[in-house]
Amino acid sequence: MAKQYETVIGLEVHVELATKTKIFCGCSTAFGGAPNTHTCPVCTGMPGSLPVLNKQVVNYAVAVGLATNCTITQYCKFDRKNYFYPDNPQNYQISQLYLPICRNGHVDIETAAGKKSVGIHEIHMEEDAGKLIHDEWEDCSLVDYNRSGVPLIEIVSEPDMRSAEEVIAYLEKLRMIIQYLGASDCKLNEGSMRADVNLSVREVGAEEFGTRTEMKNLNSFRAITHAIEGERERQIDLLEAGQQVVQETRRWDDAKEYSYAMRSKEDAQDYRYFPDPDLVPVYISDEWLAQIRESQPEFREEKMERYKKEFDIPEYDIGIITDSKHMADLFEETVAICNQPKKVSNWLMGETLRLLKEKSMDPEDIIFSPENLAKLIHLVDSKAVNSTVAKEVFEVMFAENIDPEKYVEEKGLNTVNDEGALRKTIEEVIQANPQSVEDYRNGKEKAIGFLVGQTMKAMKGKADPASVNRILKELL
Amino acid sequence: MDILEYSAVELSAAIKDGKVTASEAMEAVLARIDEKEKDINAYVTIDREQALKAAAAVQGKIERGELTGSLAGVPVAIKDNMCTEGMLTTCSSKILENFVPTFSAEAVINLEKEGAVIIGKTNMDEFAMGSTTETSAYGVTRNPWNTAHVPGGSSGGSAAAVAAGECFFALGSDTGGSIRQPASFCGVVGLKPTYGTVSRYGLIAYGSSLDQIGPLTKNVSDCAAVLELIASHDTKDSTSVKREDTDFTSALAADVKGMKIGIPKDYFGEGLDAEVRDAVLAAAKVLEEKGAVVEEFDLSLVEYAIPTYYTIAAAEASSNLERFDGVKYGYRTMEYDGLHNMYKKTRSEGFGAEVKRRIMLGSFVLSSGYYDAYYLKALKVKAMINKAFDEAFAKYDLILGPVAPTTAPRLGESLSDPLKMYLGDIYTISVNLAGLPGISLPCGKDSKGLPIGLQLIADRFQEKKLIQTAYTYEKIRGDFKTEE
Repeated sequence: MAKQYETVIGLEVHVELATKTKIFCGCSTAFGGAPNTHTCPVCTGMPGSLPVLNKQVVNYAVAVGLATNCTITQYCKFDRKNYFYPDNPQNYQISQLYLPICRNGHVDIETAAGKKSVGIHEIHMEEDAGKLIHDEWEDCSLVDYNRSGVPLIEIVSEPDMRSAEEVIAYLEKLRMIIQYLGASDCKLNEGSMRADVNLSVREVGAEEFGTRTEMKNLNSFRAITHAIEGERERQIDLLEAGQQVVQETRRWDDAKEYSYAMRSKEDAQDYRYFPDPDLVPVYISDEWLAQIRESQPEFREEKMERYKKEFDIPEYDIGIITDSKHMADLFEETVAICNQPKKVSNWLMGETLRLLKEKSMDPEDIIFSPENLAKLIHLVDSKAVNSTVAKEVFEVMFAENIDPEKYVEEKGLNTVNDEGALRKTIEEVIQANPQSVEDYRNGKEKAIGFLVGQTMKAMKGKADPASVNRILKELL
Repeated sequence: MDILEYSAVELSAAIKDGKVTASEAMEAVLARIDEKEKDINAYVTIDREQALKAAAAVQGKIERGELTGSLAGVPVAIKDNMCTEGMLTTCSSKILENFVPTFSAEAVINLEKEGAVIIGKTNMDEFAMGSTTETSAYGVTRNPWNTAHVPGGSSGGSAAAVAAGECFFALGSDTGGSIRQPASFCGVVGLKPTYGTVSRYGLIAYGSSLDQIGPLTKNVSDCAAVLELIASHDTKDSTSVKREDTDFTSALAADVKGMKIGIPKDYFGEGLDAEVRDAVLAAAKVLEEKGAVVEEFDLSLVEYAIPTYYTIAAAEASSNLERFDGVKYGYRTMEYDGLHNMYKKTRSEGFGAEVKRRIMLGSFVLSSGYYDAYYLKALKVKAMINKAFDEAFAKYDLILGPVAPTTAPRLGESLSDPLKMYLGDIYTISVNLAGLPGISLPCGKDSKGLPIGLQLIADRFQEKKLIQTAYTYEKIRGDFKTEE
C-alpha cells in the first residue's frame, strides 16, 4: 500500500505598516512617487546619519501582538542583520532577532477540517529595503530607495498548518485582524502583505519533521495554494524515489506555476546579527501597554454578534459586510445617519459588490461617503428619484463620490410628479400604440409593460413607475 | 600681540572689542598654515576662499551685534570624520576620496551657529582606526614638537593643528582615546565628554557605542567654552542625552579643596615609561598641595579593557563600514565583473590595512558560533568594568593617571606591531567602555622635549569636576607653550 503523507507548513508573513512616515526617519511611506523622492540621508544610508524609531510602529506591532494573543516583550531591542545588496543602503537591515516585540501567540481558524489554533512564534519589527530596477536597454541596475525604511512587521507562525486551505484561512484571519486595527491594508498583489511558505512532508504518524524548503514570491492566495500543492508533490516524489529533500529557498514563478531553487542551506549567509548600537532599547511601560490595549477596536467576531442583535439583516449579509473593516465602517456610519440598516445593506450587497467585481476592486477601495449613500437612500424613499435613476446616480457616486442630491438637481433627474403632464404623455402613448392597447384590452396583461416602457422613455426615465401604472390602467 | 598668541576665547573677545577682525584672524591662521603645513600635514582639506568669505560674514554679524557667543569669529579645524555640508569629508580614506556630504554634523552646526569659522578638515587615522595618524590615505601628520614623531591618533591632525597654531581650536572624536592621546602627544588640552553629551549625528561612525565628539584646545578655558557650545540634546541621535548642566565654563574656578582623587595602582605598573610616571605623579602632588585628597586604590580589570574594546569596537565597525560599497557614493573600482566582484575590488582597493584588519576581526567576533564566546563575553566584561568604575566613583570625585604609557613614538615605529600599538590605548580605553568623561592636559616634557599628558577621569556627567581640577592645575603649572 502506498505511504500516506502529511504536509507540515509554517508561514513567515511580512506586513507593511500603515504609518505616515518611515520607521527610522521622517520620510513619507506613500506608495508610488518618482524614484528616490521619498528619501533622506537616513533611509539612503548616508555616512553620519542615524536612525530614530517611529513610535507608531511600536503601537501597531503591539496592537497586532495583542490581537493575536502574544506576550509583549516590554523591553525589546533592535538588531542589525548584515548582508550586502544594493537595495539595502547600509548593507545591514535593522530588524529584531534576540528580543522580538511579541512572542508565543496564536490565532484560531476554521476550515472544512474543523477548528484549530495556529501558533505564532514571534512578531518582530524591521525596515523594508529599496527596489532594484534592471535597465535591459542600458544593461545596468538602478535603485529606488522610496521603499527603504518603510516599516514592516514579520509574523512567524509555528509549523501548525497541514493544508493550503488552513494556510489561506490563517492568512485571511491575519489580514482581517490587521485591517481591523488599521495597521495595514494587507494587499498581497501590491506587496503590503507577503507570505513565505516553509513546507515539509512526513509520513502520517511520524514524530519528526521532514526537511523543509522555503518558498518566496507568492503574490496571491491562488499562487500560495498552487505552490503548496506543487511543493508537496515534489517532495513526496523525491522521497518515493528514495531521494532526499534539500533544505533550500525556492522562488515561485507565477506564470509557469513552478518553483525553482534560489539558494541552498550551504549558501546561507551568516547575518552576524548584533544589537544596533545606534538605537536605544524600547521599553514599553505598563501604562503604554494598557493604552494600546484600551484602544483596540471591535474585531470581526464581536462585530458580527452585535450586528445580529442590532440590525435586522441576513446573517449572510453580515458576513460579507464585516469581511472588510472599511465596508463595516461604511455600513455603520450610513445607518447612523439614515437609520435604515436593511436599505444600506441592500446597496452594499447589491450595487456595491456588483461594481467592485466589475472593476476588480477591493472593498477597501470604496470611496463614496456614508453621507452620500444616506442621501441617495433618502432620495429614493421620498420618491424624488425612481430606482432606475437611483442606480445610475449610484454608479457616478461610486466612481466619484458625488453628492447625489446636487447631482440629481443639476442633471434634472427628479421624478416628475406633475400628474397633469404625466397624464398628457400617457394619453399620447396610448394614441400612438393602438395595437398594444388592443392587446391589453383583449386580456394580454403583459402588453401594459410595453406601454409603461414607452411612457418612461418619453419621460426620459424621470417618472415614478407606480404612478405610470396607475394612470395607464385608469385610462385603459 | 600676535593674533596667533590668543587663545580661542581671548581671540573672540578681541574681535568683539574691535581690536582685531575675524578676517584678520583667518588670514593669520592661513599664513601660519602656509608656513607649517608642508612639515606637519595636519589638514586633508583647506577651503581658503570659503573660510575667508565666512570670516567676513561673521565679522559683519559681530559688528551688528547678531553674534555674541564666546567663540564668535574664531577659526576652527574639524576632524575629517564629521560631515560638513558642501565640503569634502574623507575619513582620511581612499574609499571616501570624493565624498561631499549634503548635511553638516550637529556639533559642526552648533559651532557655526555661534560664529566659529571652519578652516578645513583635519587628517586622522583612516576611519579613526589607529593611534598615530599614520593610517591616513592622505599622508602622515607629524608632531609639531618634533616632526620625526607622530602626533598620536586618531585625531592627530586636530591635535597637531592646535599645537602648531594652524587653528585656534579643533574638534576631534574619541572612541578609545582618539582625542586624549593625541592631545597628550601634542601638548594641548583634549576632552572626551560623557557618552551622549555631544550629538553623533553627522559623525561617520567607527564604534557607535563608544564614539564621542570633543574639543582639542590650547587651554582648559577654551576647552570648557567649546564643550559648552557643542553639547546639545539632539532628537536625531537616539543616544543623545538631555542635560541641564552644560554651563561648563561656570566650573572654571581654581579650587580643588576637598576634591577626592584616586590614583589606580594598576595604571602605574609595567610598561609605563618612568618619565611619564614621574611627571603624572608630580602633577598629583601639585593638586594634593592645593588641598585635594589624593590616594592610591585598585581599579582592577584594567588588563581586560583592551581585548574588550577591540572586540566591541571592531564588531560595530565591521557593520558600520558596510555601507562603503561603491554603489552610492565614494570610490568605486574601475573595472569589475558583476556585483560581488565590484564590492570586493572596491573595498579591497578603498580601505587600508588597519581598517581591513578591524573589519575582519569584527566580522569574526560576530559570526555564528563565535558571537557568544567573543562579542557577548566582551559585553559582559564591559558591564564589569562599568561596575568597577561605579565603585571607584563612590569613593572618589576623580581618577588621575597617565594618558598613554609613553610620549609620542617616532614615525613608523608603531604600525609594524599592531598589538603593541593597541596596548598603548590601555589608560584611555576603559573610559569609553564605561561612557565616562576624561580630559588630557600637558603636565611636563620628557628628556627628548616631547609633551607628557595628565589624564583626569570623572563619573558620568561630572565634566565640571574635570574642568575645575584641570583649570586649577593649569593655573599652577603656568603656560605650556606650543613650541620651544
